[in-house]
Amino acid sequence: MTIVIALLAVVFLVLTFLVIGKTQSLIKGIKQEEVAEESMGVDKANDANAIGLLVFWVLSVIGAAWSYMKYREDFLPEASSVHGRETDYWFWVSMIVITVAFFIVNTLLFYFAYKYRFNKNVKATFYPHNNKLELIWTVIPAIVMAGLVFSGLLVWNKVMDDAPEDAEVIEIMGKQFGWQVRYPGVDDNTLGNYSYKLMDDSRGNVFGVDFTDENSFDDFTNETEMHIPKGKPVLLKIRARDVLHSVFIPHMRVKMDAVPGMPTKFWFHPDKSTEEMRAELGNPDFNYEIACTEICGRGHFAMKLRLVVDEPADYEKWKKEQKPILSVYPDFLTDVPEKLKAKAMKYLPATEEQVTQSESVGTTASASLK
Amino acid sequence: MASLSQDVHVDSHGAHDEHHHEEGFFSKYVFSLDHKMIAKQYLFTGIFWAIIGGLMSSIFRLQLGFPDMDLSWLKPVVGGWIDEQGKLDPNFYLALVTMHGTIMVFFVLTAGLSGTFSNFLIPLQVGARDMASGFMNMISYWLFFVSSVIMFYSIFLETGPAGGGWVIYPPLSALEDANPGSGLGMTLWLVSMALFIASSLLGGINYVTTVINLRTKGMSFDKMPLTIWAFTFTAILGILSFPVLLSAALLLIFDRSFGTSFYLSDIYINGQALPNQGGSPILFQHLFWFLGHPEVYIVILPALGLTSEIIATNSRKPIFGYKAMIFSMAGIMFLAFIVWAHHMFMTGMNPFLGSVFMLLTLIIAVPSAVKAFNYITTLWKGNIIFTPAMLFAIGLVSFFVSGGLTGIILGNSALDIQLHDTYFVVAHFHLVMGSAAFFGMIAGVYHWFPKMFGRMMNKTLGYVHFWATFVGVYLVFFPMHYLGIAGFPRRYYQWSGFETFNTYADLNSFISIAAILTFVAQFVFLYNFIYSIFKGKKATANPWNSTTLEWTTPIEPGHGNWPGEIPTVYRWPYDYSKPGSAVDFIPQNVPFSATPESNLPEESILVEKEKEIDQIKYDYNIPD
Repeated sequence: MTIVIALLAVVFLVLTFLVIGKTQSLIKGIKQEEVAEESMGVDKANDANAIGLLVFWVLSVIGAAWSYMKYREDFLPEASSVHGRETDYWFWVSMIVITVAFFIVNTLLFYFAYKYRFNKNVKATFYPHNNKLELIWTVIPAIVMAGLVFSGLLVWNKVMDDAPEDAEVIEIMGKQFGWQVRYPGVDDNTLGNYSYKLMDDSRGNVFGVDFTDENSFDDFTNETEMHIPKGKPVLLKIRARDVLHSVFIPHMRVKMDAVPGMPTKFWFHPDKSTEEMRAELGNPDFNYEIACTEICGRGHFAMKLRLVVDEPADYEKWKKEQKPILSVYPDFLTDVPEKLKAKAMKYLPATEEQVTQSESVGTTASASLK
Repeated sequence: MASLSQDVHVDSHGAHDEHHHEEGFFSKYVFSLDHKMIAKQYLFTGIFWAIIGGLMSSIFRLQLGFPDMDLSWLKPVVGGWIDEQGKLDPNFYLALVTMHGTIMVFFVLTAGLSGTFSNFLIPLQVGARDMASGFMNMISYWLFFVSSVIMFYSIFLETGPAGGGWVIYPPLSALEDANPGSGLGMTLWLVSMALFIASSLLGGINYVTTVINLRTKGMSFDKMPLTIWAFTFTAILGILSFPVLLSAALLLIFDRSFGTSFYLSDIYINGQALPNQGGSPILFQHLFWFLGHPEVYIVILPALGLTSEIIATNSRKPIFGYKAMIFSMAGIMFLAFIVWAHHMFMTGMNPFLGSVFMLLTLIIAVPSAVKAFNYITTLWKGNIIFTPAMLFAIGLVSFFVSGGLTGIILGNSALDIQLHDTYFVVAHFHLVMGSAAFFGMIAGVYHWFPKMFGRMMNKTLGYVHFWATFVGVYLVFFPMHYLGIAGFPRRYYQWSGFETFNTYADLNSFISIAAILTFVAQFVFLYNFIYSIFKGKKATANPWNSTTLEWTTPIEPGHGNWPGEIPTVYRWPYDYSKPGSAVDFIPQNVPFSATPESNLPEESILVEKEKEIDQIKYDYNIPD
């Protein structure tokens, strides 16, 4: 890094000295020719500036190429989703188009600046318009744009299409400052209702899960990592509970805002497990990460969640090992309506004390049924 | 107003005594009604804000480039926002980013750019004594001034200024519990912006009115300099879109202070659920970007207008495709209103809407490309004089092209998934609207300085300033694209917490150093600017041999601009290097009948038209 800094400092210094030196020597020269060209506002630095622009451009091209080679390794972290590879492809196609345009247009700009620098023996060409030229450079960009729009639309519609029926549904919720994940559970595979009015951090109901809905009983949550299966579409149901956040999974090419009061979604098809990526990158410590990309306050830069892409079998196994919210916070049983208590009961932890407790609750429940 | 007596005064005493017309200090320098003085007031305020905004970026670049640095030495400047370990407070980092954006976009590149040059050039280039309403113009500046004072004051609040990003998206900006800057800091931000919008509307209405009603004899629309076209389009954009920002801000004020729920719904914060339900944060984003997107054209169009003038003058060639330039600006203006939602592809907006806005967004690239090609063709076979203004204008074209091209990628919603809210966006808009508009403004200052202050700026310092800034800007923003492609999210206090973003530390340090050096280089300009106002070489009336009307005024035009009658306009503003003419420029007020040697065949009928133009009855009083 120090080398880069030193280099930069040198470049700036050299440039400054070059310009100052050149102009200084030119100022001396100007004294004589001043009279002749002063009326035109031209000084001897004119040629220096013209050459400078061309030199700048040549150095820029070299710098751009060099830096590209040096840094490209970390460009677009290895895509691990099906649509990700497609958008990457179109990114590079567009990149080639604009890079070509970038070089052509800038080259003309700086070359013309150099070539047509002031010469007192020459008169500029009076050339006010040419409709054919205007037409050409209206139509060509229009055609290129049309092509890019068309390809973009196709990809966009595919990515934004409804998720397949068999997609694995997972809820992710942003809060200051962290991500919370909720799974629909292994029994009913359906997320229970929620309401922000039921949120209560002190009781452990971070999600505002509604325990009057029986679908909630087997839901389990996680605040340190999200597991997803490889090779199966995953549908993220996204929400936020305080301010805007945005789910960003760089490797999956996933990004979608989390909006309080307006649930959003994004589905994707991960096809590389964490283990496979570790092997591919030769980095045994590699982990997928989820970040926040919508400014959300002080801890915005630290909203990290680990994403684990499991082989499908491992994923199912992991799901089975997770404890439903009810079993972590048995208190919520009090929220469960009487008629569902029996069903809720089986998710309670099976410690002896609670077994008796639940038995007694069960009795009251059955008693009330009578 | 005193217009009638002024005219009589000028006419009876001849050319050189405007300065004897005694005005008090306050009416001349403070509550001035003169468009030239108001322009200078805008310019000075703009420069002041540019220094503040630049300073802020230097501080947060230090944090980003050197996250481990001990910043205790900054304590005298930012005080308690540096903790005992010498670390910058993350909330203050966000406040810095927010204020940098707000200041640069609104106070520097809108007020400082449009305010200065629309005010200065519109009356001078269309041939008017002053703005349509000098009084409204004065009110416009002073509203801006009050707005500036409020914004400046908010920087020193104990809870810090607004810190939710310059886009102030609710709920973050609505809830003090979410961010300390959303308390009093945000209130002052909103009040300040409301005044700013009022100021900018008064200015805009004045600009449009002046251009439509106060053109001199013969200054038909097809003879107006492109600068004036650009200012007019800019003003129309502002008039139509700023009120929408005002309404967005008002609703936000209601949500914050009066318990309404326009933008708030289903919020649980600080251990309790808020009562607000049914609002939509997305509504705010739609309203905000309905101004926010035209705003970037409000920023860039005047810069392009100034550049058109400077490039034509210094290439000694007519601007290529005058009409194509007007049509492409009109196209940009129109499209600017219907592309706003490309800022919102990833907000959960209906994907179909995304497709529509992607289509419209990519269409806007076409007129922008036409403009760039026209500038380049203007250079072709020119006889280019590299004044500092010309260098900055060329720099602008380069930035406009380089930064505009990446817009093609960002405008594509499918590619925006990965790049949205990353440094790719930051790099894109800093080049295409930030640096390009800034270069336009600086070019304008170098070019019209002689008319503003009657003196020349030092050229050598101008060259040094250009080279340091031009190279510096590219060194800052070119590598930033790399960060973006690697996925670095914007508005991050630091990235090292993520494995994915734990690279490029060297690149970030490099960018920071380049940014700070570029900022420091601006003091070369500041020195040159202030020194030249008092000690610069005396200017001539038309130092660049330019054709437009402002150069037919005295070296330092007094109140009313032209001592005698306002010149009549006979030709378009770009008769440079006309074949057959002995001089390489023919000012707009030279009739065709006086230049038979250089008239083109189709211009012979225009000789006939001159009589008609001369017979136009025109009231030259300063209206009010």
